[in-house]
Amino acid sequence: MSKMWTARLREGWQRNLPIEKLIPDAQPAYVASWIYVFGVLTLAAFSVIIASGLVLAFAGPAWYHTSSFGLFVNSLHFWSVQLFFVFMVIHLWGKFWMAAWRGRRMLTWITGSVAFVASIATAFTGYLIQTNFDSQWIAFEAKDGFNSVGVGAVFTVTNLGQMLLLHVAFLPLILGVITLVHVLMVRKRGVVPPIDADESNTFENFSGALND
Amino acid sequence: MSGWFSHFMNHPATYLKWGWVQISVTNLVVILLMFAIFLAAVFIPFPTHNESHDEIKNKGDKK
Repeated sequence: MSKMWTARLREGWQRNLPIEKLIPDAQPAYVASWIYVFGVLTLAAFSVIIASGLVLAFAGPAWYHTSSFGLFVNSLHFWSVQLFFVFMVIHLWGKFWMAAWRGRRMLTWITGSVAFVASIATAFTGYLIQTNFDSQWIAFEAKDGFNSVGVGAVFTVTNLGQMLLLHVAFLPLILGVITLVHVLMVRKRGVVPPIDADESNTFENFSGALND
Repeated sequence: MSGWFSHFMNHPATYLKWGWVQISVTNLVVILLMFAIFLAAVFIPFPTHNESHDEIKNKGDKK
């Protein structure tokens, strides 16, 4: 009798990504470099974006355009996006120059690239739903570009309702799922070593170092 | 808003042009800052423990 799909899923998960790999307490010594910090900085900025975005979505534009605290949360959302992109681009440069697709890490690289493109789409729709003159200007400049490549009827940048739903529901979900797969792939394959690093580099047990 | 900030915000961005290349000074400054952070991240040493990695590993082995 064949196993249930839940058993196959569990065994497949345990085989591919055991809990010791998923939540590690040791990393290779070469990870002790500032350039390895920018991936998690990107995730931290992403968390602030999601949290402030949820507040904006629940409270609505009548609140965040008028009250002081609303303007603050709106700004927090905007500036965390700026930092998100700065951190992500530096993370991308770091990984590109160390050829981070080495060692069967192709899927990690691809999910990172797709997350980058999805982030641009999400940020762009965010600029379009500011409901101010800035967003109106951006939409009317962009519509000519999208019309010229033949997608203006499907992706209508002047349609506030479509852009709003894409920005607050569809695109964050897509970005969240891609980011999750990206992080799981980092856990599965491990953090990429620098090009000249010894792959069998000593693992540093952080909990041991802190406790001693 | 008042003073230089008001003046800065109420004027169109200054653009630099070299043939077909065109970029606002603001965007150029942001890109240069990102380059500076990248170089700093590559070259500034990361603070580590005083103990060498081998010493930490040996302590872990003794437990």
